[in-house]
Formats: sequence, structure tokens, C-alpha cells
Amino acid sequence: LSSDQLDEDAWEEIEDTLVTADVGVTAAAQIVESLRTKVKVLGTRTSADIRALLRTELLAQINPELDRVVHTEPRGESPAVVLVVGVNGTGKTTSCGKLARVLVGDGRSVVLGAADTFRAAAADQLETWGGRVGAPVVRRDEGADPASVAFDAVSRGIEDAADAVIVDTAGRLHTKTGLMDELGKVKRVVEKRSQVDEVLLVLDATTGQNGLRQARVFAEVVNITGIVLTKLDGTAKGGIVIQVQRELGVPVKLVGLGEGPDDLAPFDPEGFVDAILEAA
Amino acid sequence: MFETLSDRLTSVFSSLKGKGRLSEEDIATTAREIRLALLEADVALPVVREFIAHIKERARGEEVSKALNPAQQVIKIVNEELIAVLGGETREIRFAKRPPTVIMLAGLQGSGKTTLAGKLAKWLVAERNTPLLVAADLQRPNAVTQLQVVGERAGTQVFAPQPGNGVGDPVEVARESIEHARRNNHNVVIIDTAGRLGVDDEMMQQAADIRDAVTPDEILFVVDAMIGQDAVNTAQAFLDGVGYDGVVLTKLDGDARGGAALSIRHITGRPIMFASTGEKLEDFDVFHPDRMASRILDM
Ligand SMILES: Nc1nc2c(ncn2[C@@H]2O[C@H](COP(=O)(O)OP(=O)(O)OP(=O)(O)O)[C@@H](O)[C@H]2O)c(=O)[nH]1
Ligand SMILES: Nc1nc2c(ncn2[C@@H]2O[C@H](COP(=O)(O)OP(=O)(O)OP(=O)(O)O)[C@@H](O)[C@H]2O)c(=O)[nH]1
Ligand SMILES: [K+]
Ligand SMILES: [Mg+2]
Ligand SMILES: [Mg+2]
Repeated sequence: LSSDQLDEDAWEEIEDTLVTADVGVTAAAQIVESLRTKVKVLGTRTSADIRALLRTELLAQINPELDRVVHTEPRGESPAVVLVVGVNGTGKTTSCGKLARVLVGDGRSVVLGAADTFRAAAADQLETWGGRVGAPVVRRDEGADPASVAFDAVSRGIEDAADAVIVDTAGRLHTKTGLMDELGKVKRVVEKRSQVDEVLLVLDATTGQNGLRQARVFAEVVNITGIVLTKLDGTAKGGIVIQVQRELGVPVKLVGLGEGPDDLAPFDPEGFVDAILEAA
Repeated sequence: MFETLSDRLTSVFSSLKGKGRLSEEDIATTAREIRLALLEADVALPVVREFIAHIKERARGEEVSKALNPAQQVIKIVNEELIAVLGGETREIRFAKRPPTVIMLAGLQGSGKTTLAGKLAKWLVAERNTPLLVAADLQRPNAVTQLQVVGERAGTQVFAPQPGNGVGDPVEVARESIEHARRNNHNVVIIDTAGRLGVDDEMMQQAADIRDAVTPDEILFVVDAMIGQDAVNTAQAFLDGVGYDGVVLTKLDGDARGGAALSIRHITGRPIMFASTGEKLEDFDVFHPDRMASRILDM
């Protein structure tokens, strides 16, 4: 926001900043519209004031009050069960590993379930993560039924009196009904053995407007309870989650900041908003 | 709500009576609708701006004013311009005069490089080549194992002298692979590399070092069709950091509109050569600019 004059260019600049962060053109226009109204009411004039108002507006959109707790506490004797889902290559397996690392670091015991029985070497990848962070992995041969692997993992968690079971699933595009049905079945089969405490949708921060479509379908099929926004260590801002949260009410709970075991952090609304505004 | 650009423009022009030049207001409204459609398709903002300026120019001309249906004429122009940018010189893999032909893959994490390596290999085998897959991603957990599985499915050999998971030097592996290919009569070498961010200077340097060790005939930038506005930053960063000759768009089997195709082509001038359309090794096609244009316009 370079200009002190609140001309049309300045407003356009704000909208551009939001669009460039993948907030979406309609959402960006709405945010600017509501900002313009506020500016009119408050009689704000300087670009510094506008900037502050924009920040407040974006924070309100993100809603810092939302409950972002990741439910990984065991329920009495039963381990917490976390299901990790999303489209191909977003960072599900990596996020499973990182989350296990956080929990093990807190002195809790974790079982990992390799319910991606499809992708080449997916279970090996999870096993490597298990070895890194100190969590056993329940796996089966390639092509095995993912639902029964997930079931086995949860059973193992219960038998071992583990604190948490984290189930990795295969990447699947939300448009593939067969694969989405399969995912629904994974969840239903697990629920025969235990409650599912968290269903985390892993969204890649570089994703554009398709992210909303992904979230809609995954929410419908497995009732997602939180978002993990990965690859925020790059130049992408992940602005699509504003629409996702607004429409579905599902909060971003965690962010991925790299490929290492410690590169997972709680979602920080202020940091997220400031990164979007950095470019302004 | 009008869903498609065609519907929107038809509604914009419905008040227009018969033939005649579009007023500047009509053109501005038209431009706004096109801007909206392109941004919703994830075309990058700077690219949208330039594209629109060009469309405006044409919309002022005779072909629109003389048209019986100005809305359809504008759509036709937009479509033509999209195809012009997306198409241009489409071309096939350039084979080296002296084998092996070296193809190096580069891109962001998770974009689909390793899978593409298998697809290329399978396709090349079908065309009676003898490709060698090279495991030069020694970073991502079990990238080497993944490539071995993929190679088995593609019916090709895999050069994997290092275990990976942080062990081994990818530049060394790439260098050795050329000699290995010569000795074993592989006429094509496909080098799978680790995913990396545009802003990761160290990793970008590693990609440049791999390139310098093998002097590829083709460097392919592999990019996910779901990518949003960041496509321009990333495409430029890889162009500056390692350079590339062609682009492969992956995960086109989904419903992403794929505006990145336009952005990347516009910014870098590099041709989009292939489309990856699924997880299986046969889900692979040459790139069709006309299909992509319709997809971006949602028509
Ligand atoms: N820079 C960066 N890379 C990440 C992050 N999270 C994951 N990755 C990388 O992204 C790539 C894909 O990660 P995976 O965990 O295999 O993704 P996935 O969703 O399990 O993939 P599929 O199972 O194939 O669908 C790997 O190279 C990871 O190292 C992150 O937060 N930042
Ligand atoms: N639906 C679909 N999935 C794809 C396509 N190409 C690759 N994938 C999937 O995307 C995920 C990532 O693919 P990889 O080939 O491992 O990607 P990569 O670029 O090698 O990833 P890194 O090595 O971690 O950077 C896997 O689940 C693949 O099966 C495609 O065209 N369509
Ligand atoms: K970022
Ligand atoms: Mg995975
Ligand atoms: Mg790979």
C-alpha cells in the first residue's frame, strides 16, 4: 500500500494482494468491499490505518477464536485415533511422521497405520518415518485392503495401550468416487473398533482455488475436523484456507514448514495474515 | 449466478441491440468478466492483466462489431488467444545424436516427478527404447524404493547405487549413471531428482550441479495442475535456478482448471509437452492446447 491517497488504485492493490495469496477473486472482492464500508464509516484516511484495518479484517476472516486443538489425548484406556487424508502429494505421510514426532516427544506412545497400500513404497516411506520418530508401523502387502490395515493399526494401538494411532491414507483426488468411497469405508471400518478423534485434511499451500473443492468433498465423505496446511516454507501463502474455513467451518490446526521431523507447528492466525500482507 | 464465461458474456451482451461497435463500457464489462473467469481458473494475476489488455484490443476491432453475436465472438477470440499462448511450437522429446539421451526431471515436492519418470520409461519402452531410470533423489524417505517399484512396473532397469534417505551424493549418482547407461546400452537416461522449493538456494544449486554433471538433452519442469497463483514464482525460480526446456502438467485427471498452464507458458515461453492424468503409468498423454483452453474457460 504505497499511496496515501485512497484512490481506486490503492483499493485495487489491496485486492491484488489477496488474489495473489490465493484468497480467491470473489472472496477478495468481498473483503475489500467490507473494508471500504468500514473506512467510510470510520473516516480513516492514511494507508497505515487501512493496513491495520485490513489486518483486522483478515484476522476476523480466519477467526482466531476457533478451537484448533488437535485431539490426540487418549480416552481412558483407548488411544486417540487420527485419520490423515487428502489429494495426491500434499504431504500426508510426512505430516503423519511429524505429528508422531511431536507426540512421542511429549512422552506418548504412538502407532502408525500404513493404510496407503496403493502408492509405490508408501508403507516403506511411513516405516522410515516410524523409525525416525520412534513409532511402530502396522503395514501389509501392497494392494491389501486399506480399511483392514487401518483396523489392524487401531487394534494394535488398543492392545498395546498406546496413546494415539495415526492412520496414513493414500492420496486420492476428490473427483474419483470409487477412491472416495474406499476412504469412507476406511473410516467406517475403524469406527467398528474405536471412535475417530481427528480427521485431518492435508492441503498443500501452493494449491489454488481447487483447494475448496477438495475440502468440500473430503468433508462430505469423512467429516474432516481440521486442516494441515503444508509447504508454507515456500513462497505460497495458502490463502484458499480462508474460503475453506468460512464455508465449512473447519479450522486450520497445523502447518507444515519443511521436510524435517520438527517442521510442524500449530497454526498461527497472526503469522498467516502477516505473511499475506508482506507483499502489500 | 452464471457459471461459465460464455453464460456471463451472453448476459453482458444481451442488452446490446444488433450490430455495432462495443462501447468502452461494454468492453470494460467484458474485460471484467474475463478477468474473473481467468482468476477463478488460477491464471496468475500479472498474466491475466496482459492477456486482458490484448483481448480488449481485439474486442474494439471489426470482428466483434460486425459479429451477429458479439458474446460468442469475444469467446471465440479468448479461446483463440488461449490456444495461441498454450500451443505455439508443441514438440516431442529431442533425442541426442549420440546416445544416451538424457532427460532430467525437476519440480516442487510432490508434483509427480517420480511417477512421471515411470510413465516416460514405460512409453519409451513401448517405442522400442531402452531407458534407464536414475535414483538421484536421495532425500525424500524411500524415494529410491519408490523409483525401484516404478521401474519394475515400467519394465526398465533402475540405477540406484545409493540407498538414499539422506545417504549418498545425487550429483555423483547422476554422473555415474551416464557411464552405466553407455556400458549397458541404454539409449535414454531419465533422472529423478528430489522435490525442492524455488526459494531453497542450496537445493536449487544441487539441481544445477546435477545438470552440469550430465548436460541433459531435456530438462522437464514437472508441475501440479492444482497450483494457484504461486505458479509464476515457482516457474521463474526453476527457470533461473536450473533452467528447463519443457513443462509437464500433472494431476490433470482432477477438476482443477489448470490456469497455471497459461501462466507458466506466458512467463517462461517454454512449451508444455506432456499431460499426466492419473497414478498409473499409462495415464500419460501429449499436451493438447485446445483441450486446456476449454478447461481453463470451463467450457
Ligand atoms: N517444503 C516442504 N515439503 C514438504 C512438506 N510436507 C511434505 N513435504 C514434501 O512433499 C513431498 C510429498 O510428501 P508426502 O508426505 O509423501 O505426501 P503424501 O500426501 O503422503 O503423498 P501421496 O501419499 O503420494 O499422496 C515430499 O517430498 C515431502 O518431503 C512441507 O511442509 N514443506
Ligand atoms: N491423480 C494423479 N496422481 C498423480 C499424478 N502424477 C502423480 N500422482 C500422484 O501424486 C503423488 C506424488 O507423486 P510423486 O511422483 O511421488 O511426486 P514427486 O514429485 O516425485 O514427489 P517428491 O519426490 O516427494 O518431490 C503420488 O501419490 C502419485 O501417485 C497424476 O497425473 N494424477
Ligand atoms: K510462505
Ligand atoms: Mg503418502
Ligand atoms: Mg519423487
